Amino acid sequence: MNQSISRPGLSQNALRYRKVRDRIVEVFLLAAGLVAVFTTLAIVAILLYESSAFFEHVPLKDFLTDTMWTPLFADAHYGILPLVAGTLTTTIVALLVAVPLGTTIAIYLSEFAPHKVRETVKPILELLGAVPTVVYGYFALTMVTPFLQIFMPDLPGFNMLSAGLVIGLMIVPYVSSVSEDAMRAVPRYMREGSYAMGATRLQTALRVVVPGAFSGLAAAFILGISRAVGETMVVAIAAGMQPNLTFDPREPAATITAYIVQVSLGDLPHGSIGYQSIFAAGLVLMLITLIFNVIGFSLTRRFREAY
Amino acid sequence: MSANVAPYRNFEALRAGLIRRKMMDKVFVIIGLIVMLACLAILAILFIDLVRDGAPRFSWDFFTNFASRNAARAGILAAWVGTTLVMTVTAVCAVPVGVAAAIYLEEYAPKNWFTAVIEINVTNLAGVPSIVYGLLALGLFVYQFDLGQSIAAAGLTLALLILPIVIVATREAIRSVPNAIREAAYGLGATRWEVTKDHVLPYSTGGVLTGMILGLSRAIGETAPIITIGALSFIAFLPESPFKGEFPFISFAWLNDPFTVMPIQMFNWVSRPDQAFQSNAAAAGAILLGMTLLMNGMAIWIRYRFRKKINW
Repeated sequence: MNQSISRPGLSQNALRYRKVRDRIVEVFLLAAGLVAVFTTLAIVAILLYESSAFFEHVPLKDFLTDTMWTPLFADAHYGILPLVAGTLTTTIVALLVAVPLGTTIAIYLSEFAPHKVRETVKPILELLGAVPTVVYGYFALTMVTPFLQIFMPDLPGFNMLSAGLVIGLMIVPYVSSVSEDAMRAVPRYMREGSYAMGATRLQTALRVVVPGAFSGLAAAFILGISRAVGETMVVAIAAGMQPNLTFDPREPAATITAYIVQVSLGDLPHGSIGYQSIFAAGLVLMLITLIFNVIGFSLTRRFREAY
Repeated sequence: MSANVAPYRNFEALRAGLIRRKMMDKVFVIIGLIVMLACLAILAILFIDLVRDGAPRFSWDFFTNFASRNAARAGILAAWVGTTLVMTVTAVCAVPVGVAAAIYLEEYAPKNWFTAVIEINVTNLAGVPSIVYGLLALGLFVYQFDLGQSIAAAGLTLALLILPIVIVATREAIRSVPNAIREAAYGLGATRWEVTKDHVLPYSTGGVLTGMILGLSRAIGETAPIITIGALSFIAFLPESPFKGEFPFISFAWLNDPFTVMPIQMFNWVSRPDQAFQSNAAAAGAILLGMTLLMNGMAIWIRYRFRKKINW
């Protein structure tokens, strides 16, 4: 269009053409934006549609209270509790690693580290989050578990502990990166006020910056939780795929995600109860993620600091 | 400290406290450094361990052999060809749609509830566990659209998965273009699309490229959604070649072919109890990790280059 702009006096037709073209382009761009909306709708629709077929076979009460999950056995039980327990256990172990490490790194990078160190370390830490999860699974199974077995000789080859530890390591960059952004958003005058009162850097960091950035920290932890809950390959490789109602991380157990993988590896016919059960499991996974996000959202709202 | 206490009596205590507090500061710096270095060290250990375990398998044959029951003869030919083709589909689908969505949200969208819905959706999609995308693809692409366990189904799945990454990166790049540039173009009579196409987009190239590379580096390592749609892990043939000897020289038959990808091949080898396959897994993992790190490094470099080059 550059030539036409430089030409003085555009004809009416050319003007109209440009207007129409702009309209058409806008419709295309809007359509692209709507892909995101349709994806969400499609996810919800598919999960509900296939799960409703599942719940025609399985009473909701059994699903929520039965303590065994054996949809593929002759003696089928459909209690989601063992899978939920596995998911929560690995998530808790992961958080016990990621929250202290991630927050410490964030405080260090935001409040103590020289500019150069921060600019170098941040991208490298982000690489830690970019490693394919299947590689982390290999790491958990072939390095972390044997290492833990030195201290805990009874530890089985598949266990939730090493899977949880590795997931924790995996989400450290997410937690630290979001927390650091939150802390850096705390205005400088608050720090300066604290320094003027004679506080050291650490005191300022812990008593002024961290409380001031609390809503951002909550968001970071929630992000970490969502990652840990939805993590699949590490648990599928290192925690075993046997549903097991326990909160003891030293035991092997399947998570919701590991179950979905296990079923998908076999060749289940479309429309069978086993096929539908993975959608019910997926629905529960989405609900757990949703619950944590709602908690996070309300925490963020409640502790939001306005500067 | 009350006012009637003589200052000199507290002086020692004050100084002791000060020294203690300053000490704590130093201790924390050391802890922070240790934690940070430990995380970086783990990344290094991970890489070294993979390379060391996989070293015996690195050879030309490893790249040109199909998977096999014999660990020493198994290779990743089907896997890397599959990964290349799936990534092509993903990039071709995700980049135009993601960039277009980002342009809409930044340059066109009015501020109303409808735009807010799109924005919330993009944010939420970034947090959806990847395996849920697999379930979506299984129900929608594989059975409703009848694409089967094909390269097309996998490519589309991963495209949806990385769409939020591309959108967010592109939006950031577009937002950093100063308004003065847009206004100058409008002032010369350009339409909104002309402003976008001729001015905003060229200045955002760096951000778009970064988003694309980061998205693809995420997609290349994703295993769970591809397993869910039922990709086979034992494939001893290649998809149909996209290049033909006679007219029209190009064929899209490969889109419907079954396939395997690098992470699935690695998962398959990891889950075998036989020790010999573990070194295959390590070798595949090292290649996969190397590709991911390379792509991320490239993204960081591009971001750095463009940030340095552009001076508004």
